[in-house]
Amino acid sequence: MLGILKSMGMTARACFRKPVTIEYPTTHREIANRDRAFPILIWDEEHDEPFCTGCHACERACPVECMTVVMRDNPKFAAGESKRRKIIDEFWIDYGRCMRCNICVEVCNFEAIGMNNTWAGHELSRYDRGDLVMDLDMLLSQSKKKMVDPGLRA
Amino acid sequence: MVVEQDAPEIVDIPINMGPQHPSTHGVFRMVLVVSGEQVLDVTPHIGYMHRGGEKLMETMDFRQGIGYADRTEYLAQFSAELAYCLAVERLMDIEVPERAQYIRVILTELNRLSSHFMFMGAFGIDSGLFGTSFTYAFREREYIQDVFEEVSGDRLMYAYFRVGGLAWEVTDNFVERVHEVLKSSAQGIQDLDDLLTRNEIFVARCQNIGAFTAQQAIANGLSGPLLRASGVPWDLRKDEPYSVYDRFKFEVPVGHYGDVYDRYLVRLEEMRQSIKIIEQALEQLPPEGPIVPEKMPRRLRTPPGEVYAKVEAPRGEWGVYLVSKGGDKPYRLKMRSPSFCNLSALREMTIGQYLADAVMILGSMDIVLCCVDR
Ligand code: SF4
Ligand code: SF4
Repeated sequence: MLGILKSMGMTARACFRKPVTIEYPTTHREIANRDRAFPILIWDEEHDEPFCTGCHACERACPVECMTVVMRDNPKFAAGESKRRKIIDEFWIDYGRCMRCNICVEVCNFEAIGMNNTWAGHELSRYDRGDLVMDLDMLLSQSKKKMVDPGLRA
Repeated sequence: MVVEQDAPEIVDIPINMGPQHPSTHGVFRMVLVVSGEQVLDVTPHIGYMHRGGEKLMETMDFRQGIGYADRTEYLAQFSAELAYCLAVERLMDIEVPERAQYIRVILTELNRLSSHFMFMGAFGIDSGLFGTSFTYAFREREYIQDVFEEVSGDRLMYAYFRVGGLAWEVTDNFVERVHEVLKSSAQGIQDLDDLLTRNEIFVARCQNIGAFTAQQAIANGLSGPLLRASGVPWDLRKDEPYSVYDRFKFEVPVGHYGDVYDRYLVRLEEMRQSIKIIEQALEQLPPEGPIVPEKMPRRLRTPPGEVYAKVEAPRGEWGVYLVSKGGDKPYRLKMRSPSFCNLSALREMTIGQYLADAVMILGSMDIVLCCVDR
């Protein structure tokens, strides 16, 4: 009997503690700066083009082979506006397969790819899994709009 | 007039439990043959979660494999990562810098806390406490995961350890944050202690079921809290220290009867010991220093050979057996998962017990089905 009273006392005490829950869809808890959602590409403000040169390093290192990279000659290099000889043409990442391991970020020599650390990177539910394959525009849209901290943790 | 009635005939009925039964902690199925309320036979069926992880890891190089190590043991990810890294480091003969070693120990022990919190919560549900212990335990677990998230960037699949050290430096306020979380965890352990340990209903539900003697436990190859509850003080952190565990003072709690209640008590005490270890580790943690060895090759290549590395995971001995024929991938990788080895004792433990206790016995094993099936 005593033991039960003791455990009830414990529950009663817990009533007076500060609540710790957050009403999720209406309120968002602050997420850590290092949070890894899914990889996105970073936009180079200075040259008005992506940092990514399409070097395939990330594609080769990805353990689940969820990336597809296509490279092309950079027209801006020919015009002398940029130092990048090659530039990314097409880039797909299948978010449905990505296991968010951060390896692509580690191997990239141009700091062109980073892990999304915003809520937008987490709330990605879709009706069709095909919609989870992100193309270049979608991958760049967040950093273009300066929604992510580009210093992430490359 | 009296109608003569035969005594009702008692027949043995097979009962199928699982694979989607809430008390099987994952997709696990057991077929119980019962006579009345008593269990006569149990046939466990595993393999619903089999993803061929070991074989997959043989196609991965040593950095890519870490993400898969996480996914084999989703409640004690750091232990799984540590065992994998230790195996490769031993094969390649890499000296891990001191600071990295300490951070590894701190995180692994925090992981033990969070894993045992998970056990306490789920075990309370098994015993019929419904959500009470679960919410309390999960609150503390979330606090710990906040620290993991701040450090590694993810709440569940950390992928933070690397062969040779760590992927990146911890946050600046790491030490304060760990101290904070230790305080809340100590409070959480006390809460669960108050809630469960002396609760008559809980005690009546746990005592004297599924008891295993020391001989039985050893013969069945149990490890971890299950083995210690049977009275065998075997803890790899103490008996075959790896990393820097030989520098800490802590006790190995053991039980007397080896029943379900003892397993609960052993885990509760283990959590307190983990807090002690973390406090000592924080004290000894070198304030700065490298977290990876200076001369790390860009591409990890092992010499031919084989190695077995084991760590004391929250559920027991987590071992990684790695055979290499040179090159950057393992030739063969085998993981000894404690959940699988402990689960093999289920039949012996459950036969002769009541049906309702079968759930408690399974719960007290604290299995992770991902880790059983790999
Ligand atoms: S993101 Fe980096 S590694 Fe990947 S293709 Fe672009 S430049 Fe190369
Ligand atoms: S995070 Fe890992 S799995 Fe995802 S795209 Fe990058 S390398 Fe591939």
